[in-house]
Amino acid sequence: MTARLSDWFNKRGWAALIIWLPYIWLVVFFLIPFVIVLGMSFATRTSTAPPFGFGGEDPILNLESYQRLFSDTLYIRAYLTSVGNAVVATVFCLLIGYPMALGLTRVSSTWRTILLMLVILPFWTSFLLRVYAWMGLMGTNSWFNRLLTDIWNALTPEAWEIAHVTMMNTNFAVVLVMVYSYLPFMILPLYANLERLDPALDEAAMDLGSRPLRVFWDVTLPQSIPGIIAGGMLVFIPACGELIIPSLVGDASSPMIGRVISDEFTSSRDWPMASAVAVALLVLLVVPLMVYSYFESRANAVKATKGAP
Amino acid sequence: MNRRPLFLIGMLCFGFAFFYIPILSMILFSFNDSRLATVWGGFSTKWYAELFRNDKVIEAALLSLRIALISATFATILGTMTGIAMARFRRFKGRTLLSGLVTAPLVMPEVITGIASLMLFILMAQWLGWPAQRGFTTITLAHITFSMVFVTTVVHSRMIQADVSIEEAAVDLGSKPWQVLRDITLPVISPAIFSGWLLAFTISIDDVVISNFVTGPGNTTLPILIWSKVKLGVTPDINALATITVVIVGIGVIIAGTLLQRAEKRRLRDERMAYRDNL
Amino acid sequence: MPDAALAPAPAQTPLPFVRIQGVTKNFGTFKAVDDVSFDIQKGEIFSLLGGSGCGKTTLLRMLAGFEEPTAGTVWIDGQDMTSVPAYDRPVHMMFQSYALFPHMTVEKNIGYGLKHEPMTKAQRADRVREMLDLVQLTPFAARKPHQISGGQRQRVALARALARAPKLLLLDEPLAALDKKLREHTQFELMNIQDRTGITFVVVTHDQEEAMTLSSRLAVMDKGRIMQIGTSTEIYEYPKKKFVASFIGSINSFDGTVSQITGPEALIDIPDLGSPMRATAIAGLAPGQPVTLAVRPEKLSIGRDRPEGANVIRGQVEGVAYFGKDSLYRVRLPGGRVLSVSAVNARRAGEHDRVADWDDEVWLAFAPSSAILLTE
Ligand SMILES: Nc1ncnc2c1ncn2[C@@H]1O[C@H](COP(=O)(O)OP(=O)(O)OP(=O)(O)O)[C@@H](O)[C@H]1O
Ligand SMILES: [Mg+2]
Repeated sequence: MTARLSDWFNKRGWAALIIWLPYIWLVVFFLIPFVIVLGMSFATRTSTAPPFGFGGEDPILNLESYQRLFSDTLYIRAYLTSVGNAVVATVFCLLIGYPMALGLTRVSSTWRTILLMLVILPFWTSFLLRVYAWMGLMGTNSWFNRLLTDIWNALTPEAWEIAHVTMMNTNFAVVLVMVYSYLPFMILPLYANLERLDPALDEAAMDLGSRPLRVFWDVTLPQSIPGIIAGGMLVFIPACGELIIPSLVGDASSPMIGRVISDEFTSSRDWPMASAVAVALLVLLVVPLMVYSYFESRANAVKATKGAP
Repeated sequence: MNRRPLFLIGMLCFGFAFFYIPILSMILFSFNDSRLATVWGGFSTKWYAELFRNDKVIEAALLSLRIALISATFATILGTMTGIAMARFRRFKGRTLLSGLVTAPLVMPEVITGIASLMLFILMAQWLGWPAQRGFTTITLAHITFSMVFVTTVVHSRMIQADVSIEEAAVDLGSKPWQVLRDITLPVISPAIFSGWLLAFTISIDDVVISNFVTGPGNTTLPILIWSKVKLGVTPDINALATITVVIVGIGVIIAGTLLQRAEKRRLRDERMAYRDNL
Repeated sequence: MPDAALAPAPAQTPLPFVRIQGVTKNFGTFKAVDDVSFDIQKGEIFSLLGGSGCGKTTLLRMLAGFEEPTAGTVWIDGQDMTSVPAYDRPVHMMFQSYALFPHMTVEKNIGYGLKHEPMTKAQRADRVREMLDLVQLTPFAARKPHQISGGQRQRVALARALARAPKLLLLDEPLAALDKKLREHTQFELMNIQDRTGITFVVVTHDQEEAMTLSSRLAVMDKGRIMQIGTSTEIYEYPKKKFVASFIGSINSFDGTVSQITGPEALIDIPDLGSPMRATAIAGLAPGQPVTLAVRPEKLSIGRDRPEGANVIRGQVEGVAYFGKDSLYRVRLPGGRVLSVSAVNARRAGEHDRVADWDDEVWLAFAPSSAILLTE
């Protein structure tokens, strides 16, 4: 019996098992659900349970949901808000994360270990709790809000005096918390990229007479573009589809797309519409992903030609 | 050369202040005596006591832990298999589709994964009669699916760095493929498998969006519980809960960091030893 | 292009220890190994020598069973091994990177292959001890691979491959990762171990000196083909192809045509040298045939006075490189060609009283029997 089993393993049976078990799993629990979403986006909403059906004028290809996507400004606005917030968050992550990553490469190795640990630490704590931490700071009678209010009132003429800074339930809050939550995703790939750069290049450039800022602009920055792109993608993509942050600190009157999908699905029980919005979001995300994989493959090609060890 | 580091160090300070002020403030206010979570009213540990008396919280935490342990383990098994398959089997039918299937969940917005999985479970229940109820099983299935690809990523990158010739050497010395897997491949990539498990575990125990979609009545995981409380505003017992999380994670990370540093020191010592004994 | 000298013996004679017949390996459209045939006798140290990418490793991997030949057959000890999987072959390999199992101690590494042998625990331990002793690593038995030096790792890899007493041991650049001194030391150790175990070795290398020192016979490869097989002397002194002559050692070569054949010698017209040169003829040479005459630097004599006899060339010293035991002179001929001449510094001399110096007019000469004639 055992001999038979090991025979079977040796005749590439084990290879088949290793490939096909997870493969089937992913097809059943990941691919099929997406086929369902795609199919659902062409269905019609009904009041049955589950709330959809294939009927109407064109039973196979019902474009009703997609038509609504373009005719109801709610959806267009949600997409614009999402992309806008995601872009702003990405830019701020880059502006804060880049100097931090570069700074990490310049400190002593003991400090570097500690600081890297500190960058990763929030990443292991609950995402939800990190959002929550900001809710505590942004509320109207929190110490932070009062501090900001006092600073504002001290610096501006009396006529502009305010009772508190309105932060909760604004797009500003969404962007702030997104920057906070996704900053490690920007710092880590950037750090990995910057750390690999040869310090001799900087020295060579300086040796050839460039001033530090010039060296940064001519040598460091161009070489860190793959890191910027990787970090940018890691921030932009989840930011676009974010649900938790806008639900907790966002402005309900201009929702982001993740919230629209969730609301359509649960509150309105409009599965076809939720699916159509989801499909459109995926299409929106495919573009930056293609850019990303283009840069990725180019980086790999460069690595291959340089004969990386 | 010396002006830039000053700027960079300033940015580091700003960045770490940005990272840690909210967390420290949260910890501080967990010891607040006042019911108003954001106004200081004196020191107290009553919120911790209240937390431990709250059966709902304990129950939710246990459910989360159970789901995370089970789903991380299965995700690690499946994810490791995929990682090995992608790294070692160059050609097989459907390789392109598989590589798509292991990258797509990494970038998929959670909302979409959530509604897609929920629709699958509802339709399955209708057509196959299973899963009859949503809850523990459906959450675990969904977590396995979207955390296994993270394990795959970790294992795959370790596999392609590993020297293939050590596996060939084992074959050369008479080992059958599955013996090579057992004696050589798995032990060599075991650190990656372990970090994959850890990653899958944290992903599962942290997940709120997908769990919230695929769960059924009465099955509240800790993140779902926090989510429903936080939606109503800031409460001091959540501060206490958050503090406990931060402390546990912090201790874990510090231990891991120390162990890593010690391993690094040991490696350096070994290398010196090897150098000294050089023939 | 079938070469009579390379073709294996007719099939009715008993098979030699290793026979490689018509072996070809394609990677896609690229021919890494191209129609290779040769035999290896029992107890030989056989080297495969050639430039980077010429297919040495690929050929070795086909012997080990990691690659299946696109065409051709491999026999080992009378058995057709072509489609026997690597784990069932009585052949072990020492990898270029050593491929030690990083998570196992030196002892466990060496004993790994023995797990598949029908042995008791005690027998296994004995065998491991014997191997540790053979490679002088007994004090390091409990260390892990990263805790030992490069030279020790190399010996662990060797002991591991030898532990199961393979019929054939394949070594892929066994010494490449070692520094020069250790390499020389290990070369002799390898020969010693081969002598004691009697196992047939096939060694891949791109270091010619190593190949010539180690091996009983060597094969020179180029672009997936075997160019010549022979003993070190045969390959160095009697190369059959221009590639072999120029790949092994350095050489001065001239294009010319055969003008006359008298007895054992041929007279070759060489435009670059002006006067015709005499050389020991090779088979199948006919007057009027284009031919290449080649002379190794150490076969040329150099002096300020014109020597007696044939094959005398006049030139001017353009450069001298002093290596201690010998010197290399670069001599420019009136026609513009530059020749390399190497001369042993037999006599102690200062910078200014040596055999020849910069810008000196010198005479070079070589014996007809030292000249190599090449037609392909
Ligand atoms: N798996 C493979 N797929 C495609 N091409 C390969 C593969 N293995 C080897 N080659 C090609 O076959 C040729 C011969 O490779 P091989 O490794 O045998 O060279 P080598 O003689 O051992 O060279 P070196 O001295 O550099 O080790 C090379 O051009 C190499 O690029
Ligand atoms: Mg090679």
